[in-house]
Amino acid sequence: MSYVFQFGPILDRWPLFLHGALLTIELAAISTFVGLAIAVVLAVSRSFGPRPVAWLIGAYVELIRNTPLLVQLYLVYFVLPKAGMRLDSNQAAALALSANLAAYATEIIRAGLEATPRGLVEAGLSLGLRKGRIIRHIILGPALRSVYPALGSQFVLQILGSSLVSAIAAEELTAVSNNIMMETFRNFEVFIVTGALYLAMVLAFRVFFAQTNRSLFRWAA
Amino acid sequence: MTLREFGWPELQFLVFSVRWTVLLSLIAFAGGGALGLVVAACRVAPSRALRRAMDAYITLFQGTPLLVQLLLVYYGSSFIGFTPDALVAAALTFVLNTSAFFGEIWRGCIEAVPATQWEAARALGLRYLPTLRLVVLPQAMRLMVVPTIGYMVQIVKSTSVASLIGIREITRTAVMVNTVTFEPLQVFGTVCLVYFAICYPLSVLSDRLSRRLDRTRAGGLGDVFRRTRAARRQYGHGFTPG
Repeated sequence: MSYVFQFGPILDRWPLFLHGALLTIELAAISTFVGLAIAVVLAVSRSFGPRPVAWLIGAYVELIRNTPLLVQLYLVYFVLPKAGMRLDSNQAAALALSANLAAYATEIIRAGLEATPRGLVEAGLSLGLRKGRIIRHIILGPALRSVYPALGSQFVLQILGSSLVSAIAAEELTAVSNNIMMETFRNFEVFIVTGALYLAMVLAFRVFFAQTNRSLFRWAA
Repeated sequence: MTLREFGWPELQFLVFSVRWTVLLSLIAFAGGGALGLVVAACRVAPSRALRRAMDAYITLFQGTPLLVQLLLVYYGSSFIGFTPDALVAAALTFVLNTSAFFGEIWRGCIEAVPATQWEAARALGLRYLPTLRLVVLPQAMRLMVVPTIGYMVQIVKSTSVASLIGIREITRTAVMVNTVTFEPLQVFGTVCLVYFAICYPLSVLSDRLSRRLDRTRAGGLGDVFRRTRAARRQYGHGFTPG
């Protein structure tokens, strides 16, 4: 059987695709920023905080890393409203993605923290600096710089992972594609275009992060 | 209409649906592993065209969401003349996707084997495939174990995406049970625990093995503070570490 490709009705809807792609980037960006902010706090507390706190954060990280994002999405989307928190699909999606990224980023940042040469920390202690200042001035800066590439790839993974939030009816590229599919019935073509758009975004952001890494940290090389 | 209670039969129904999750994971691991070996072998092959082609293949699968790949295969198969079967589409997608990731992971391990091994084998008159099979792979195998086990966790988790094309593995079953009971915390909490029970041991195993390969790793930075504090208690405040 031969199949005639018809991209016409799909390409006519390019503003919708563009809108969907922008929503995807927005969702990935928001959840990356929020997740990162949480992760910095979690990573520092896990490495330098009291034992029980470190243990709790470790448990959170392992729980998130060993369960699927889709289940986490459902959990946030169904459980929080039942517990009395008003939450629409998009907010639930952003929240779940942030919580997910926070766990992975905690591990990445912690690896950066632990890679600080202990001589530096000991020098700080010898100079009489207190723990808080050592963490802030000696450990955190270089750690964040060294993990920048890993965080860049985490953002790219966030773009890919965000396609799952269409399952709870949040708006982004895959959800937009589902709508277009129902209008045009050109299922195959729709997802070829969608896949191409994701690929373009991922490749573009990979280049972006490689470039910014080079120019942001030129002085450190 | 009243809601059903989340009781023993529902719990059983939910937990036993994990067999489909396990089945999908095993298919992805076995099929993706076999194909991934081919991908990795092509990725380090002497032919530049082959290397380029496999690079494109890997980029394609790593640069698009698994859900989009799944929908593409699912709808695509119906348009090219097959009846769309969710299980076949899911198995095919997972095998292809996993092969791309394994291909890339294993390529790294193969390239970590010193180039002198290739040169020595060549000097002995071995060609590309025998060299890979008899000389390089056995040495790369040691490095392959840890990331492979680590990636198995990803495979198990990613099978949840198959629920979105209607395969009744545990995530899909959870959505169904949640619809009739509306006890989301119990339902999805149970599902989380089931996934955790499968994935966490694998994570721990891969962590332990990687630590064994990397014995030099010392205690964390937290220890420096802790030891200094302890020493200062003992020797007074003038103590400096080092």
